[in-house]
Formats: sequence, C-alpha cells, structure tokens
Amino acid sequence: MDLSLNDEHSMGTTIIGVTYDGGVVLGADSRTSTGMYVANRASDKITQLTDNVYVCRSGSAADSQIVSDYVRYFLHQHTIQLGQPATVKVAANLVRLVAYNNKNMLQTGLIVGGWDKYEGGKIYGIPLGGTIVEQPFAIGGSGSSYLYGFFDQAWKEGMTKDEAEQLVVKAVSLAIARDGASGGVVRTVIINADGVTRNFYPGDSLQLWHEELEPQNSLLDILNTPSPEPMNF
Amino acid sequence: MEQKPFSRGLLSSEADSQRTLYPYVTGTSVVALKYKDGILMAADMGGSYGSTLRYKTVERMKSIGKHSLLGASGELSDFQEILRYLDELILYDNMWDDGNSLGPKEVHSYLTRVMYNRRNKFNPLWNSLVLGGVKNGQKYLGMVSMIGVNFEDDHVATGFGNHLARPILREEWHENLSFEDGVKLLEKCMRVLLYRDRSAVNKLQIAKITDEGVTVSQPYSLKTFWGFSAFSNPTAGAEGSW
Repeated sequence: MDLSLNDEHSMGTTIIGVTYDGGVVLGADSRTSTGMYVANRASDKITQLTDNVYVCRSGSAADSQIVSDYVRYFLHQHTIQLGQPATVKVAANLVRLVAYNNKNMLQTGLIVGGWDKYEGGKIYGIPLGGTIVEQPFAIGGSGSSYLYGFFDQAWKEGMTKDEAEQLVVKAVSLAIARDGASGGVVRTVIINADGVTRNFYPGDSLQLWHEELEPQNSLLDILNTPSPEPMNF
Repeated sequence: MEQKPFSRGLLSSEADSQRTLYPYVTGTSVVALKYKDGILMAADMGGSYGSTLRYKTVERMKSIGKHSLLGASGELSDFQEILRYLDELILYDNMWDDGNSLGPKEVHSYLTRVMYNRRNKFNPLWNSLVLGGVKNGQKYLGMVSMIGVNFEDDHVATGFGNHLARPILREEWHENLSFEDGVKLLEKCMRVLLYRDRSAVNKLQIAKITDEGVTVSQPYSLKTFWGFSAFSNPTAGAEGSW
C-alpha cells in the first residue's frame, strides 16, 4: 500500500476569517500532512505579517510560508517608509501581487485579516490564481467545503467579539470532524484596536458532534463504573 | 493539478512556468445590447471555483474612464489585472490634460492588442471581455475573447450566453429599444441563464451607459417560475422515469 510518505508537505486545512463589530477573528486547525502521514499535529497556520495584520495559510506549506516571508519583508520596508502601520488593504494587495505573478508555480490559498485605524477590521480572501476578494467573512482550505452551508445559516452581520470567536471555533471544529486533512487543535487570533490576542483550544475542550463519544482514559474506567440501576415499575 | 518538478517530461521547458494553464475562480456570462440612448449590459455577481459557487458578490462590470464599461467572464484574477492596466491607461490619458478622453473604440482596440499579444506568447488572459460605451452620441459595443478574436455588434454575449442569450436577442432585438424594453430583454436572457447555466447565481447587476455617463445598478435577484403542472409530478404515468 503506497502511503506516499514522501509527498510534499501540504496543509489540507481549514482556515477562517470573520469580521465583527470592532475587529476580526482568524481561525485555523493545526494539521500538516505529507501524504497520509501527519507531519505536524500542532502547526500554527496563522502567521504574522505586521503587528496588526495576520494571514491564514492553506495548501502547500512551503508555498504559503515563502509567500508570507516575502510579504512580511516588503511590509516591513513599507512601514518604515510610510512612518506608520501598514493598512490591511496594502498587506492583502501585496499578497495578491505575489500570488498572481507566480500563479503557475504556487498552490496556496490565503486569508488576510487585520485591523487598521482607517477601515477597522477587514478580511481579504486570496484563493488559487491570485484573485483578491474583500469579504465580511472568508473560509478556505479543504475543510471549508463542509462549512459553506454552515456559514450560510449561522453568519450574522454585527456580531460581538465573543460571538465571532465562538462561531469560528465551532466551524473549525465541525470541519475537523469531517475533513481528514484537518485536525489537531483550533487556534484563533483576534485583532482589534486594542491589539492582538492568541487563543488555543485543544481537541478535548471542543463540543462533541454526531457519532463522537466522550473521550476516556481507558476501557477499565468504563467497566469499573457501576451500570445504571434497572427501573422498577 | 499536482505539478511535481522534474516529472513534466522532455516536452516542457523552463518557459512553461510562464503560461496560464487553466482558470481557477471564474465568472460566467455577460450579456449586452445597444438601445435608444446607449448600451445596457448585464452580468451576475458570481465567482465560481470549479463546481462550487464560492463568491456571490463579485462585480464583473466596471466603468472605464468617462465613456466606457467593461464586463468580463472567465478568470477573475486576470480581470482584476486588466482593470489595473486600464487604470494606468486612463491615468496617462488624463495626464495629457488636453480635454480629450479615451472613448470605447480606443479602449476596445487597446484590449484587443493586449489579449492577442498574450495569446501569441501562449500566456493568455483567460477572459472574454465585453466593452460598451457612448461618446459624442456614438454608441459602441464590442467583444474580445482570450485568443484575441474581436468584433462589434448590436448585441453580444459571452460564455453560455452565446448559446442561450444570443438566439433570444436575434429574435427580439430591434433598433431604438426603450430603456424599459432593453432591461426586460436582458432580464429575459438572464433568467434563462439562471435556469440553464450551472454556474449562474441569482444576484445580478444591470449597467447603463449613455452620453451622460455610466451607472451600475444595485445588486438584485430575479423571480423564477416553477408552476408548470408537469413540474409538480413529472413521472406520473411513467414511474421511475425522470
């Protein structure tokens, strides 16, 4: 059986970016696979570009990392020349430039999200090919296939920070349940006027979905718990 | 889609990394016609990613300068790049500050050159473009394809529209359509496309260009009709059929 353990590193992935009233919440799973093997079960797919702009990476791990590195480098110079923090729009357009001009060689879908003083919280989706689309929320990666219906129903304009983060965590968790290429923990990054907050939700802190059972330490614990008393009528 | 290096074979070379091989995020049909006061153009707001209707609020028609409107189907990233080229073209035109401004004929000609030259380098911009405009009372409506084929006509359509909309336009278009009749005719075409084109999305815009300028409508949706009695019970009398 060919396990294709020497395939290039790919982050199957589920990535999400959501705007709320005051900022953005970015979320992602943490699985990086080489073929069928999980090369890294706790990767960090939400990468910093500047103090106020982050990018969610999906697709080829190498391609998305090198694109982030180039854009971080350009943005650093841009910030020095500008004399103030770069806007989310500029960051997203730099990502688009790299993605579009190398479209034949790159295989990475990205979600750029951040906060700046001019436009507030903004999310830009940059899929394969280098199209740039500004959206109130964006989903990407292989796991996103399972979330189109979920977001059509659950997304609302004008959510609070906590509602937005809960939505993101729930969505990534649902995608992990069904997408073999997504897994591990749920990471979120919240960006607003007050700064950046990173959060970490290990698998056991998430709610259980259909056909999932409460995790146990051992069968022995189940056997040793007395079974419920039969009812007397 | 996997492109592993060194496995492309002897027939491809370094230069191949410079050609666009296939589109990723695509827009579907654009339909346009000449009417009494100018041009009317319609396009839905969908951006498809293969068979997924991924983006549902994409503006596929944009005004160019004072006199023209460009609608595009095909790869959206290439359309966005074309808009950048045109931005630069219009900017340089304005910088002459000579009171002259590029009209639709000139913009169409520029686009044709760009598309044809890219085709010759085997690196096409994967779009079908519709360019409409009015300058000094002269109405103009033209099309350019991704291989550089270009022409002018009283009504044009791209993609699926070629097969579904053009026959309707050939029958029902006439010189000096009123605005209302023009809109109704475009909506008739767009409704058929909505029924029969898998990549159509029910959110569209209609744009109008006259001597006064360009207006793009707000996004709106069309009502559809499903009330044929045959639709409610199509297999009556032939169970198991479809």
